[in-house]
Amino acid sequence: MVKKYLSRIYMAIIFIFLYSPIIVLAIYSFNESKSRGNWTGFSFKWYLELFQDRDIKMALYYTVSIALISAIISTILGTAAAIGINSMKGKIKSIILNINYLPVVNPDIVTGIALMILYISLNIKLGFNTMLISHIIFNTPYVILSILPKLRQLDTHMTEAAMDLGATPMYALRKVIIPEIKPGIITGFLMAFTLSIDDFIISYFTKGEGVTNLSIVIYSMARRGVRPTINALSTIMLTVVLLLMIIVNNRSNAIEKSK
Amino acid sequence: MKDRTKYFSYPYIVWMTIFIILPSFLVLLYSITSKESNGITTINFTLENYKLFFDPMYINILFDSMTLAAISTLICLILGYPAAYIISTSNISKRNTLLFLCILPMWMNMLLRTYAWMTILGNNGLINNFLEMIGFQKVNLLYTRGATVMGMVYNFIPFMILPIYTALSKMDIGLIEAADDLGADKKTIFRKIILPLSMPGVISGIIMVFMPAVSTFIIPQLLGGNKNMMIGNLIEKLFILNGDWNFGSAISIIMMIIILISMSIMNKFDVDKEGGARLW
Amino acid sequence: MSNAIIELNNITKKFDGETVLDDITLSVKENEFVTLLGPSGCGKTTTLRIIGGFETPTSGEVYFDGHLMNDVPPFKRQLNTVFQKYALFPHMNVFDNIAFGLRIKKMDEKIISNKVLKMLELFNLKNYGKRRIDQLSGGQQQRIAIARALVNEPKVLLLDEPLGALDLKLRKDMQNELKAMQKKLGITFVYVTHDQEEALTMSDTIVVMNDGIIQQMGTPIDIYNEPENAFVADFIGESNILKGVMHDDYLVEFLGKKFECVDYGFGRGEEIEVVIRPEDLVLTEKSISPLEGIVQSVTFKGVHYEMIVAVSNFEFLVHSTTKAPIGTTVGLSFTPDDIHIMEKGE
Repeated sequence: MVKKYLSRIYMAIIFIFLYSPIIVLAIYSFNESKSRGNWTGFSFKWYLELFQDRDIKMALYYTVSIALISAIISTILGTAAAIGINSMKGKIKSIILNINYLPVVNPDIVTGIALMILYISLNIKLGFNTMLISHIIFNTPYVILSILPKLRQLDTHMTEAAMDLGATPMYALRKVIIPEIKPGIITGFLMAFTLSIDDFIISYFTKGEGVTNLSIVIYSMARRGVRPTINALSTIMLTVVLLLMIIVNNRSNAIEKSK
Repeated sequence: MKDRTKYFSYPYIVWMTIFIILPSFLVLLYSITSKESNGITTINFTLENYKLFFDPMYINILFDSMTLAAISTLICLILGYPAAYIISTSNISKRNTLLFLCILPMWMNMLLRTYAWMTILGNNGLINNFLEMIGFQKVNLLYTRGATVMGMVYNFIPFMILPIYTALSKMDIGLIEAADDLGADKKTIFRKIILPLSMPGVISGIIMVFMPAVSTFIIPQLLGGNKNMMIGNLIEKLFILNGDWNFGSAISIIMMIIILISMSIMNKFDVDKEGGARLW
Repeated sequence: MSNAIIELNNITKKFDGETVLDDITLSVKENEFVTLLGPSGCGKTTTLRIIGGFETPTSGEVYFDGHLMNDVPPFKRQLNTVFQKYALFPHMNVFDNIAFGLRIKKMDEKIISNKVLKMLELFNLKNYGKRRIDQLSGGQQQRIAIARALVNEPKVLLLDEPLGALDLKLRKDMQNELKAMQKKLGITFVYVTHDQEEALTMSDTIVVMNDGIIQQMGTPIDIYNEPENAFVADFIGESNILKGVMHDDYLVEFLGKKFECVDYGFGRGEEIEVVIRPEDLVLTEKSISPLEGIVQSVTFKGVHYEMIVAVSNFEFLVHSTTKAPIGTTVGLSFTPDDIHIMEKGE
């Protein structure tokens, strides 16, 4: 009995450690006073100020549009790649998988500077396009990694069965394989979207003049010290990610249950 | 028939060649050429950049980064193992919730998580205000090494809990019952059965915390101030402020090698073949 | 051979240099139930996959209805397959699974509906159309897999160990059901199994395969009674296989004694192998028995006792309804009919 309570208290402490900073942040976003020390009253002041900030609005626009476009392109590219890789064999397959793994295991900072060097060496102007391409580069491996296990689970005879019933290989792909791996594709898309929204380091090295995202804005603001508008912005972003996570989690739970 | 679908991967193979292999090659190229070589005609190979790194100043930064990362990893292990153990022994419905709560912060922007600590540790932050209220002196918490370590523990502890949990939850309950049946007491069971069997998880956890910790530059920048530079800060500074791509590339390559060595160690002890993909 | 629907001529298949099928020649008549029988890795599934178009032979020709089919992809072949683990599409319900092939042919949705419902009725699954695949039992999934193939009215149905995943009782029922259906629909079945009993029960013709080579082809009765070599004898039921010498037509010697038999055409003094089925051996009085031996073990098997009787160095397997205690000396009798002579294997 004592042990049970001890473990409950322990987990409570861990979760307080994990969540208190986030909660503090959210609470203070509604504080009227600029100083974080004292609570002077409830207010939406910082949210209003946030919505009037042109820089932040632009950053939000770039963040969301890059996340959306890069997630869509990564999903298409990654799905095709996963299907192709799955039907490969032996050494070539493992080499491709390892290269695909590189952006996942490499420190983001190394990926970031490597891409920066590439763009500048190829004389590509840093800006919206470079940031978009970079996001596709680090999103796609995750899409592939979320689809491959689904493909591996597929009955190997599934395509053969479709063809046996008169389906051309393309028809079999469209009507049998794609519907079968759909959960993996959707998870991959959501993951790509979340990763892109959250990214700082790679965007930081591949951004161009006038193009930023929310993470970069937060970084530059935070370096100048704590500002209440960031609290408001953080709270909004946390809520969005929380909602996304709950959707993803419910999805994967539902999939697990249906098995 | 199956052979034809492999063409689907060709666009991505071309993509990988341009955007993964080529940049890595460029970094390598910059790391072994001298700053003066500006064009293909004047290229000048040298190992100077790597030699420069062995200057005590830079070696110290590497050593310091590794020490801070190691301390953070150790704290993560000490705090994370019991948590993973408790989660793995709780009943299934509770287990998923606890696990979800552990993973959730990882999905929140790392900058925000780090920034949140600035508001707590700062001179006018929550802790100092509280100390003042109960009559103590303010303490300098922010912009210290301690703050950096705490930021890393905070950010990376889920990476420790998760693999240990995975290893523990795969363990056959029958083994513990068998040991119990053979007369082992609780301590012996833990020492002789549970701990050795969870070792693969512990090793994955150590590497998964150590790798991002050693390469981070946001956490020391925001929480540690400019006082203690880590290797990530050095790379950032060389590329963004100094424009010294050659030396920066050399350090990046060194860091990549450290990471790849860690990865290959992890692969040897991998709990399941999917590896890190299980995180999601 | 005018009514052969499938012909395989000198088919050889190599995977990465390893020969899986070695010069297979085989023909299947219309409305015939042909079983490819052999242990795993014998090449039976590869043979089926070559007929189905999922593999191309390294050399040799495949004919279907007199047309060369070597390079025709599976979706253009007029035959359908029932896969080992059924390969039903889990994201479609039962109805859509069965309708899959008809929809590809762009048939009118009304006709499709009619045909599918008829199939469901035929398989006693009338109200299952809307069910999801994972809500079905193994036996039901099995039937859906067959229905999905049959609805396309193929001339030939290929079945790859379709009953392997079912339990014994269900397997027996399905064997009868399948055989009855094949007769009723008049479709050619090519059936792959490693279960000799299944093969004996269902087939018109059995093709016994091992190591990528056809060992023997014939009716179940021929295969059982007149195995051509030790492998077939051993694989089709349990057998006593002894070394022997043929002294003359109708005269064989084994265990140091000469016996009358019904086989002829072997060379004089040729070394051969003798097969005697355990159920053909009868326990008799020592005085009237050609062989006598000591009972080593007795096991009750339900319909009979299984005994091991040692006659000099050779241990005979005997199936008998009477038993003798362990250690006693008994006589063993058999008739000339029960002795099967085979050429000596390697």
